[in-house]
Amino acid sequence: MTVFDVAPTVAHIEPSAPPKPPHKPLLQLFFGDLIASVLTVSTGFLLILMIPALNWAVLDAVWATDDPSTCRDGGACWAFIAAKFRFIIFGVYPPDEQWRPLLVMGLILAMILASLSPRLWGQRLIAAWIACVAAMLTLMWGGVLGMAPVPTSSWGGLPVTLLLALLSLGLGFPFAVFLALGRRSSLPIPRMLSLMTIELVRGLPLVGLLFVASILLPLLLPAGWSIDKLGRTLAALTVFAAAYLAEVIRGGLQGVPAGQIEAAKALGIPGWKAVWHIVLPQALQKVIPPLTNTAIVMVKNTSLVLIVGVFDMLSAARVAATDPVWSAPYVESYVFVALIYFLICFGISNYSRWLEIRVQSRSYR
Amino acid sequence: MTVNNLNAIEVAALDKWYGSFHVLKSIDLNVATGERIVVCGPSGSGKSTLIRCINRLEEHQRGNISVNGIPLGDSVKNLDAIRREVGMVFQHFNLFPHLTVKENCALPQILARGKRRRDAEEMAMHFLGKVRIPEQADKYPGQLSGGQQQRVAIARALCMTPKIMLFDEPTSALDPEMVKEVLDTMVTLAEEGMTMIVVTHEMGFARRVADRVVFMEAGQVIEINEPAAFFDAPEQESTRRFLANIMH
Repeated sequence: MTVFDVAPTVAHIEPSAPPKPPHKPLLQLFFGDLIASVLTVSTGFLLILMIPALNWAVLDAVWATDDPSTCRDGGACWAFIAAKFRFIIFGVYPPDEQWRPLLVMGLILAMILASLSPRLWGQRLIAAWIACVAAMLTLMWGGVLGMAPVPTSSWGGLPVTLLLALLSLGLGFPFAVFLALGRRSSLPIPRMLSLMTIELVRGLPLVGLLFVASILLPLLLPAGWSIDKLGRTLAALTVFAAAYLAEVIRGGLQGVPAGQIEAAKALGIPGWKAVWHIVLPQALQKVIPPLTNTAIVMVKNTSLVLIVGVFDMLSAARVAATDPVWSAPYVESYVFVALIYFLICFGISNYSRWLEIRVQSRSYR
Repeated sequence: MTVNNLNAIEVAALDKWYGSFHVLKSIDLNVATGERIVVCGPSGSGKSTLIRCINRLEEHQRGNISVNGIPLGDSVKNLDAIRREVGMVFQHFNLFPHLTVKENCALPQILARGKRRRDAEEMAMHFLGKVRIPEQADKYPGQLSGGQQQRVAIARALCMTPKIMLFDEPTSALDPEMVKEVLDTMVTLAEEGMTMIVVTHEMGFARRVADRVVFMEAGQVIEINEPAAFFDAPEQESTRRFLANIMH
């Protein structure tokens, strides 16, 4: 304060709200410039093109009927979905026992809801998930507590889709962490093993992997050995998920500054604890969008198991549509199944957005 | 330094190379318990590398380092013991961004010392109080100013009850108005008798706090002297040149 003899006075300005952006008139919004006009016209054109589809799906549709023959006109046959609903959802699971897969889906939903908040993430939640998966498999298999045994060949529909997606991601994740850490390891053997596993699996199409697991593997196993087909399929999906998740996680690991590990070392935190508590949480936070992407892809990839004869929801819908009583309502079946897939994937996607916002809120004032 | 067995840190004939680049050239440095050393020198002179060798964030190729009588070698047990004795504060704070301030201070105690959470948090709050930001305990590091973050980093290191503190340019990444709050914290620490090695260009701090000032250039220790002599009558030509440059 040697420069000024007297401190200069500055008029005090009260903080005020920013001015509101002006409202654009609608005409300008839709036809304001060339790009807007082109978009408006082409969107309108597309909407007009969709009118027949809308007619088919809503106006000309048969919503409820006891007589399948009324479904032979131009409209969608939603009555078919109503009639085959149980079959598409549960497949060939014995009808009297279908409360069991229903309960399984309830359990999955309850556990997912309980796991949403990151505040509850921890060893207890992992233990709860393991117990729950054991309970779900017991429910599906039966053979204990007076429940009739149901072989996995009779499992089907949505529970199979959900179990395959959940288990392949859940079992693949820890493998993926090891593969990602291994690939960044300074030790040559873990690095080479991880690299080879990841590149081999990523280099194969999933369908090929499923064929190897379901057809080749039983031939290669010594006589007398057998692994359940559903189990083999799950193994293939798990390996596939692990390879892709590993690359996503590796990307996250690269984004964690070296200073984090240095600080952990200087504080004397043992190496693997530093990885688990310091590095991994940060790495995973950085890759929420691609992790979500992989999760969604894996949910939909489970539908490929129909190629090797596992009876998931898509297979059930296909088989349902072959019923000769109905007039081959394939489109209705597929639309219905697509809707269920969409709801699942949309849910995952929304959840990940919510998670990201939560994570970002930590770094701003 | 008179009695050798009182030395907190002994560095003898230390050599280090990055690839073929000779970054530390036969460094000898003894630091007595309770002594405050300031290390200065032009950038690239090896000051940071030197203190990072002491807790083995960098590995040296030749020479010996021992901390409170524990030789630093390939023994993992010794390294763990040395890291128990030595706390470190980094230029870029290196706080854990996914943990709150309190967790930043408490979790290392739990992970490295097996402390119970309650005790660890009590300790965390004690040292956050000492660096005068207990009210920020539940915020995340990204929500604090640089000066506040560096004080949290100091509290985090102190929570591990080190006997020696290493500071690697603790104020270089700070906005100018935040340098003082961090230096004040370090002065308090020095007044309490902590053994400290501080790499810094804050010459005011060196003059006020240091027992000895070490000047390094091109991987060599050029001059070691008490601050009054160091600043007012430097012995070496290169020291004089360096001081002239940073004093303007």
